[in-house]
Parts: sequence; structure tokens; C-alpha cells
Amino acid sequence: MELTADERRMLEGQDGEGTALAMKILVGIGEAFRARRFAGISRAHVALSNQEGDLWFAEKLAAQGARCRVPPTVNPGFCLAVFPAEGMATPEETAMMQRTFQAYRTLGARLSFSCTPYLFDNIPRLGEIVAFSESSATPYVNSVWGARSNREAAQSALCAAVTGVTPEYGLLQAANRKATVVVEVDADLADDFAYQLLGWVLPKKIAHRIPAFVGIPGDVSPEALMNLGAQLNTSGAVPMYHIIGVTPEAPTLEAACQGQAPETTIRIRQGDLDAQLEELSASPGPIDFVMFGCPHFTIRQVERVAQRLRGQRLKTEMWILTSAYTLNLARRMGLQEAIEAAGGRIVADTCVDQPCWKHLAGKTGATDSPKCAYYCHRRDLRFVLRSLDGCVRAALKGRVE
Amino acid sequence: MSRKRVFACHRISPGTAWGEALLSVDDICFYLVDPQTGIVLEKGHDAEGRSVSGKVLIFPSGKGSSVVQTDGLYHLQKNGQGPTAMIVRHPDTVLVAAAIIMGIPLVDDVDEEFYRLLGSGRRVTVDADGQTVTLEE
Repeated sequence: MELTADERRMLEGQDGEGTALAMKILVGIGEAFRARRFAGISRAHVALSNQEGDLWFAEKLAAQGARCRVPPTVNPGFCLAVFPAEGMATPEETAMMQRTFQAYRTLGARLSFSCTPYLFDNIPRLGEIVAFSESSATPYVNSVWGARSNREAAQSALCAAVTGVTPEYGLLQAANRKATVVVEVDADLADDFAYQLLGWVLPKKIAHRIPAFVGIPGDVSPEALMNLGAQLNTSGAVPMYHIIGVTPEAPTLEAACQGQAPETTIRIRQGDLDAQLEELSASPGPIDFVMFGCPHFTIRQVERVAQRLRGQRLKTEMWILTSAYTLNLARRMGLQEAIEAAGGRIVADTCVDQPCWKHLAGKTGATDSPKCAYYCHRRDLRFVLRSLDGCVRAALKGRVE
Repeated sequence: MSRKRVFACHRISPGTAWGEALLSVDDICFYLVDPQTGIVLEKGHDAEGRSVSGKVLIFPSGKGSSVVQTDGLYHLQKNGQGPTAMIVRHPDTVLVAAAIIMGIPLVDDVDEEFYRLLGSGRRVTVDADGQTVTLEE
């Protein structure tokens, strides 16, 4: 790769060992993808995970003096103000979260602890070059905002935040952003839940190609798009999509395909979504809990749950995971009070894939997110998948009908 | 002496290592591999129930969200249960970053002839620095 004087200085260690390590990793990635040079980034999001591998790398960079040139927003771990006090996190688990907190603070990250920064506090412009990790975030910034990010690892995004640069390859280059497969959607999309299933079912049919959706309405909600990207990029590795007439690089099908003929057209029917739901979901029946917020719930979703709970009492636990920003709104608006009065909980800074949920191991819950069910398999949490409204009904009855 | 066939490849993550080939037609998420044994846990996966430990792992691409590959490989390496080297068809940034950071040799762009001759259980040497893959027949 051709390096500028500043990039070479970083690689040679003049900004310290930690920055040199970050640069060395980025050069390795650049060479792997045959990039010729670096591009400056203006924003980053690091999928902090509070897992051992994540902590090991963040502490290593921090100890070697690395500091972020472009302060990134970061993903959630678990909330230190809630889970240790309630006995849900052991002293060892709490110590690890405190170390994660400290490592990222030392690195100069913005300690936002949310997986949905693209909705409120880290929003790029059309064409802006950024490094966003987190499976729901990369598709959102590429597709909905039209910014340019590769499908970053948490660690490669952190290296980019430290150095302020990322290798120029892949989705940073306009020609690689074209749709090569057209997806005609012929299904009921009235509920945002349909987009969860659409996102999960598609990667098996299109592999690593960028899809252009036809048949998604112009008033599609931000939550539906958040769900669609999160599932596309978890079930498979699809960091970008176009929606004709909706997303900024797809005013027409021709524009989305950059004037070239798509390789193929496929159709997704209601039967595909129904079959996907059947395959992913545990059998209906009694449940012990409901888990919402993978990705973090928005204020609109919190409002919807609170409305449906007013004056009622939950028969199961209900957890709503959200950002500190949304929790603050929920508190001001009385939504937190309404949810807690029904027996539910809303917490910030927390991910479903954390050690604080061990009391749910071996139990069956309901969720609206296939991604939640997929990753929690490792912690022995089982899920019936239903829409947001379906999950609320299940929590009120204690069972999924 | 067994016969050896040498194929050109493209270096992604440096190093040299060898082992028995483990071929998966499905993409791999290392988060859904048992860190104690290296056995693939993912339901319905082509490699479900088989161990990646000590193998040269050959698969199309990585998958899964942006943190899971590094953490999955970190635990496997810490327990000495990781693959010795990896060969992919479609490198993705998440896997590439994880392999470089964890120091596992990774290559792509191996000649199609290699895939035609390959079967699980064959011994394969990956020399990422020399950009060759050697298959023992």
C-alpha cells in the first residue's frame, strides 16, 4: 500500500506502540483486500462486547498508549448501575465490565453503550467515509444514510478510530455498492416484524450479493429498516441493501444497479416468511420471560409496549433493552413508570448477549428478534419468535398461543 | 513417501502451519464453536459435531456479527483448540481482522484444482508468507 507521511509515521511508532499496532493491523487488512491506499474517516462505531477477546485487545491498545483520533460511539455491555446491585452479575463479571468501561474510556471512546447510534448520536451524511462495526449499524449507515463503511470487525473499527484512517476497498468504492440481485417482496409488510423474517431468510438465497428490494413501501419505518439490516447481517454477511424509491442510492432500479443488468431476480413470498418463522421459533406454549431490544428499542417501540401494558399486570418477566438516550425520554414521558407498574423493566447500556442473563438459562422466552434467539442459544436461552404485539400478549398471559 | 501438489494462493494473515483438512461448505461463525473442544455447535451446520482443533479449516467465508469471530477465536486459541490455518474463498473484514489479530495464517485465491482434489482428512500445509498451499496425496 502507498502510505502518506502521516500514516508511515504512525506505522513506525512515532505516535506510540498502540497506534503502530492499530496501523499494522489496518495495513494487513488493506493488503488482504488489495487496497492501494488509506482513506480518512470522519466517524466510527466500535462493537464493544465486554467479552474476553474484546477486552484483551482494547486493554492492549490502551496500555500501549493508543488514543482515538476519531472518538467512536460504542456498543453496550451490561449496565453497572443495575445488574451488580440486583445480584445478576457476579463480582468477577462486574470487575470485567468495569475493566471494559475503563479501557474504552482510556482509549478516548464516547461511552454511549448502544448498538443503534445511527438513529440519534452518530449519523453520517450521504457519501461520508466511516468505519462502523456492529451488525445492525453497518447496513443502516450504508443503506439508509448512504455513508460508506465496510463490514468492520469491532477491532478493525477501533483501529480505524485510533488512526483516523481505513483501507480503501470494498464498499468505500462506488462500483462495489451496486445491487446485483433484485428481490421482489410479495408479502404482508404491515408489521415491522415481517422485516426481521425477511432479513433472516434472504442471505441463504443471495449469498454475498447486494440486494435491491422492490415492493417495500415508501413509508417503511426506521425500526423496520433497523430490523432488516440487523438480520441480513447476522443470518449472513450482507452489509448493504437498496430499496428502490426509498434509499438514497436507489432512486430507480437502474441507479441501484449502476446501469448494469442484475444477475438475477428472486421473489420472496409470504410462505417464505412463514416457513422461516416456523424454523426459527420454539413451539408455542408457556413462557418465562420476554426479551426486547436486540437491536436496542427505539422510543417508538417503547411507547408501543407502554401503551399495551397500561393498567395491566405481566405474568412473566419482561426486559426492554435500550439506549441511555431513549431511557431518559421514557423516564421523562412516564413510560418507564407505566412499564414498571405492569412488572416490566427497561434498562440502558445492556446487550442480550451478556453474562447478566444467567437466571434465564434453560428457560423459554419470547422475543421479536431472530438475532437475539441466535446468539442466546450459546447461553441456553430458548425463544418463541413473535411480533412486538405478540410478545406483549404472551407476557400478559404467560404463554404464547 | 506421499506425493505433494503445490498450489499458489494469496496471503491474508501471515505464518505457516499444517494439519488435517476440515472442509465446510457452510460459512463459519467461531462464536458457535465450543471453546473447550473446538466442536462446531451450530445446528444444521455442515460441520456440526466436528472439531476445528488442530485442523486446516477450509470454508467459503466467515459470518456473524462484528465481535464474535475475534472472541470465538480468542477462546479457541487460549485453550489450544483453534484451527492451525484457514483457507477461504470470500474473505470478509471481520474474519480477516480476527485472523491477523489472533495470529492464525489465512489465505484465499487458491486454484480450483485444489478444491477438486481435496477431501476432509487430507493433510494440508498453508505457507501464507510464501503464498502456497500444499496438498499431500
